Amino acid sequence: MRNIWIIAKREYDHFFISPIAYVVAFMILLTTGIIFAINVLYFIQNAFQAFGQTPDIGPVTGAFGFLLVLSIPAITMRLLADEARMGTLELLLTAPVTDFELVAGKWLGGFLFLMTILAITLIYPIILHFVLVSPGIDQQLVISAYLGVVLVTASFLALGVGISAVFTNQVAAFFVTLSVFVFLWWLIGFPAQLLQGTGGEVFQYLSMQSHFYDAFNRGSVYLTDIIYFVSLIALGLFIGTTAVETRRWR
Amino acid sequence: MIQVNGLTKDYGARRAIDNLTFDAEQGEIVGFLGPNGAGKTTTMRILTGYMPPTDGTAVVAGYDVVEESLEVRRRVGYLPETVPLYDDMTALEYLKFMADLRRIPDPEQRAYETLEGVNLKERADSYIGTFSKGMRQRVGLAQALIHRPEVLILDEPTIGLDPAQVVEMRNVIREIGKDRTVLLSTHILSEAQQICDRVLIINKGQIVTEDTPENLQARLVGAQRVVVRVRGDSDGLSNKIAKVKGVQGVEPKSDGSVEFEFAAGEDTRPQVAKAVIQAGYELLEMRPVGLSLEEIFLELTRDNAVGRDSS
Repeated sequence: MRNIWIIAKREYDHFFISPIAYVVAFMILLTTGIIFAINVLYFIQNAFQAFGQTPDIGPVTGAFGFLLVLSIPAITMRLLADEARMGTLELLLTAPVTDFELVAGKWLGGFLFLMTILAITLIYPIILHFVLVSPGIDQQLVISAYLGVVLVTASFLALGVGISAVFTNQVAAFFVTLSVFVFLWWLIGFPAQLLQGTGGEVFQYLSMQSHFYDAFNRGSVYLTDIIYFVSLIALGLFIGTTAVETRRWR
Repeated sequence: MIQVNGLTKDYGARRAIDNLTFDAEQGEIVGFLGPNGAGKTTTMRILTGYMPPTDGTAVVAGYDVVEESLEVRRRVGYLPETVPLYDDMTALEYLKFMADLRRIPDPEQRAYETLEGVNLKERADSYIGTFSKGMRQRVGLAQALIHRPEVLILDEPTIGLDPAQVVEMRNVIREIGKDRTVLLSTHILSEAQQICDRVLIINKGQIVTEDTPENLQARLVGAQRVVVRVRGDSDGLSNKIAKVKGVQGVEPKSDGSVEFEFAAGEDTRPQVAKAVIQAGYELLEMRPVGLSLEEIFLELTRDNAVGRDSS
């Protein structure tokens, strides 16, 4: 376990000197900032029509789905491919570290970095709660929506790390990861709607979007949704560990 | 410390190493000598737990490299051919990271000590990206030494260094090799000659021969050849030398020097020197000429290639 933490910490520090991490941070903060501002302005301008309603954090956290689909492939593509390119993978694979610890460490490093960005966006609910809305907003919704974003981030990162371990080429890793995300987030919704009966239900269950928007982002936390995301994390880390193991045999 | 038995590795249809068997004792510096692509790196990667062999076994520091890979990795220091460094870290941060992974108590203190050992202490806080090739190589060596391993495996440790750095690197390796096992690969023969206690010559994945550098020379030449040079007139010198017991093949050269041979193990040089001086000559130089390892190596690998073609 300590090895995971040591690798994660190095990875986390590395993000703060990598340009792509700043681009991702800028993109996420700018987009959520604009959405937050528009949302607040809408409520101020339409205060009469919106009588009885208050602005909530849903639109901001909701935007994360789209933002993470785009930005996580850019973050994960280099996690293992870069080590292979610099030759440092040989260092890590001959250090007393298991393949799982290596993959999990990379994942945790990326996760902590995105959590840092996410923590900055907590400024929006704080502004809503203490400045704009009296007597304050629904805190349960804030917690559940943020928990949802955390789980989506962790799942995407695990899948991205897993895919990046399979490919030595960063561009290939980026596009495959992006395709998988687009499929799991959007495309899987179409067969879910078209198919009747059990088939449709299976696709419905596999759709990441429904687990996020229909539950967490509305303020409800169900065990099945948590299990879904935790399974995705386990799957991603398993793919990554297996890929590193097979790398040794090649 | 290292026992390798029938080690074989296939990359797809290509056999990189073929049934290698050798061992290395504690306090021994063993040189792996061979042309590029002979299978040196592959063997080292198997011994360090980087990849499993297709067949055969290897035991390093008492642990099997496949079954107990993590135990082996804890006890081995490895410097790969491409020195694995993070350019965005300082030398100290990098070594602290490696010391952390290896569970060393007080990693910062150990990182400093190790940097001192490779003469880089004053650059501890510089970024590795700004280092010269020689310094990078030394940081890589420091990384391999940080946990004071029982076995040190170095893949081409002096490649790309300037002559002064090569000498320095060789001194460091010799120092380490006093009480630990060092396996190093090189394709520079004089290097193997200078630092190794024993040389394994490997070609096309097979061990061609294995011996001490001196014996390798002796085996091929059969005898040690020495050149003697004196000041001024050397008339009659060859006769004086020829009279010394054990001397054979005396041959005066046109430049006034004289060459002679003695059988391996019967060093007659002190007697020859005495005879020369007693005869009133002023001895300037006495130097072994022998085949260089280069010549031995070419001979051995050529034989091997011929043997393969005819089979």
